[in-house]
Amino acid sequence: MWEYAPAPESRDIANLKPNYKMFVDGEFVEGTGEPLKTINPATEEVLAEVSTASESDVDTAVKAARKAYDRVWSKMPGSERAKYIYRIARQIQERGRELAVLESLDNGKPIKESRDTDVPTAASHFFYHAGWADKLGYAGYGPDPRPLGVAGQVIPWNFPLLMAAWKIAPALACGNTVVLKPAETTPLTALVLADIIQQCDLPPGVVNIIPGAGDVGAALVGHADVNKVAFTGSTDVGKVIQGQLAGTNKKLTLELGGKAANIVFDDAPLDQAVEGIVNGIFFNQGHVCCAGSRLLVQESIADELLEKLHARVSTLRVGDPLDKNTDVGAINSREQLTKIQELTASGEAEGATRWTSSCPLPDKGFFFAPTVFSGVSQAMRIAREEIFGPVLSVLTFRTPEEAVAKANNTPYGLSAGIWTEKGSRILWMAQRMRAGVVWSNTFNRFDPTAPFGGYQESGFGREGGRTGLEAYLDV
Amino acid sequence: MSDRITVAKTYKLYIGGKFPRSESGRSYPVADTKGAFLANAAQGSRKDARDAVTAARKAFGGWSGTTAYNRGQVLYRVAEVLEGRREQFITEVAGSEGVALKKAQSLVDTAIDRWVWYAGWTDKIAAVLGSSNPVAGPYFSFSTPEPTGVVAVLAPQQSSLLGLISVIAPVIASGNTCVVITSQDRPLPAITLSEVLATSDVPGGVVNIITGRTAEIAPWLASHGDVNALDLTGAPESIRADLERSAAGTVKRVLRNKAGEDFTATPDMSRLRAYLETKTVWHPMGV
Repeated sequence: MWEYAPAPESRDIANLKPNYKMFVDGEFVEGTGEPLKTINPATEEVLAEVSTASESDVDTAVKAARKAYDRVWSKMPGSERAKYIYRIARQIQERGRELAVLESLDNGKPIKESRDTDVPTAASHFFYHAGWADKLGYAGYGPDPRPLGVAGQVIPWNFPLLMAAWKIAPALACGNTVVLKPAETTPLTALVLADIIQQCDLPPGVVNIIPGAGDVGAALVGHADVNKVAFTGSTDVGKVIQGQLAGTNKKLTLELGGKAANIVFDDAPLDQAVEGIVNGIFFNQGHVCCAGSRLLVQESIADELLEKLHARVSTLRVGDPLDKNTDVGAINSREQLTKIQELTASGEAEGATRWTSSCPLPDKGFFFAPTVFSGVSQAMRIAREEIFGPVLSVLTFRTPEEAVAKANNTPYGLSAGIWTEKGSRILWMAQRMRAGVVWSNTFNRFDPTAPFGGYQESGFGREGGRTGLEAYLDV
Repeated sequence: MSDRITVAKTYKLYIGGKFPRSESGRSYPVADTKGAFLANAAQGSRKDARDAVTAARKAFGGWSGTTAYNRGQVLYRVAEVLEGRREQFITEVAGSEGVALKKAQSLVDTAIDRWVWYAGWTDKIAAVLGSSNPVAGPYFSFSTPEPTGVVAVLAPQQSSLLGLISVIAPVIASGNTCVVITSQDRPLPAITLSEVLATSDVPGGVVNIITGRTAEIAPWLASHGDVNALDLTGAPESIRADLERSAAGTVKRVLRNKAGEDFTATPDMSRLRAYLETKTVWHPMGV
């Protein structure tokens, strides 16, 4: 393995403040909930204290959003809304380095990912949707599709800023106002986004950001004056929210868990496939709902592929998220680390063969070495349950039909990967995948123009593209 | 008219392309709007509903795998056969809904035209709802609408044929298969429709039709793990929220349209969109 000198990004760039307040009606205000301390998962040190919303704060935020909707935002021409949203996109780009460092501090993801993926993609989501604001009549939902009203949005901790962008940008473009709850463990970049929104001079109340735990999310989605609920997170919580909204008129979209198959045929270019497999499961420490967590490899090349995979994974550098050479950062929380440990233990107990990279791990913080299980059967928990960590389960198949059957043998259906040189086989496989996104000879590609979302228990509704606008329109 | 004794029809269920009685052995009397006896209908059970889901799932691969052109022709064929049975439907709709003959004629004509309208959609949905995505990188990315799977349809309680057709046709036009609970009190046109489906190249299992008590059967479909979507149009108000809660258990797509929908109005694409998934496919570009 090559030796690299440390190349850390300076944490000063994050402009970390000791205290962060919630953002309601255009102002940063103290919440009346119990303040939370957000930590750096790579060091377990406290980064900042963040005020949280109580139920009455949720009500205040929804009222602010309602007022902004009724008096300003729903009446504003789309062309004017667009310019506000463009401003946000530009400011995210301008403050990109600050956001990237802050994201890596709060979330634990490698700086190269926050810098090259999270932040630029967040900016591009605002930029893309800004252009829709005055073109909704061309989106295929009739000549003058109307917004829904107040959107209550709850997002996860794996892509804190990016998920905020995915949620806020289309909501604003379509003419809705927003109350967004960031995840309990990663509230900071959303609050810097609030600062950006304030600097962009958005009318007060159009976007409100209220940190807190699950109870704040439940109060938000349950609020009687919310017209639209968008949730990204676990399938378990998604089901609770869908049940909670039963009998109401609230429009719901859910982007939930996954257990994606990444399928490698015997004619695939193996070195490329190995890169794709590594990207598929170790990107963002595997904290990715569409992660390629089940590798289905054609039996005839299984041994060769596994050997190459082990060699490649051995070179992954696990450690300081702020180091520009780090490939795999910190697990976001102790709770998540415990869950990963518990599921990997079940893999061993159920008889799968565990291989774990011998890479050095930092002394402090939440880290988990990249792990590959082979000899996995479909009945094992590590083949069925979402681990949401850097753990890959390898299964084999003989025929394309068997690959299809195994890939689809899950209640999830978010994504799939296909590796083969044969074009007709790619299309044949892609057609048969019960999954919302199919990456062929690539993996984990995201773009605001490309609709993203799941089949079955991976949720419903799409984000991105013309298709994604439906979630925020009364159609 | 002669004084010949007519041959009375036995109204049965339609599951997997066959016409079984309810496995429960139950039937219930169906009357016209003035209370006069029309016929006995089969009173479907939980087991019938489950059999219907099995049939619908079995048919899904084949039906969703047919070409859009082929599906369009099959659906158009249904309209042809409907047209041939026009007089029978007028009589049944008039009897079931208590409307004058002229009104019944108009409803049946609109129903046949509705079927033609949806038949024409099969090979246009992908062009209208799909996209080529101009992503910021060297990739070809396209998105295409695909059927969501097995749809449980609670048919409208009032509109016995036009409403029924308006809720079934958009489900199967895009390649889904379905299990339909008919109007509880006006089920007879639905059974006659199943005879049309059985004789117009629609593969068995694509549409399964169950008569009976909506409130009794619907909960089993709402909670069924192999049902992907639920249309609440004909759900009794008292159990709508419960059905939605059950549907959440497997993250079903739920269409919440309420009773009172005007089926004589020209529809938009919303019922088509309700049962479609968007699949986005990526591939690198390069030499």
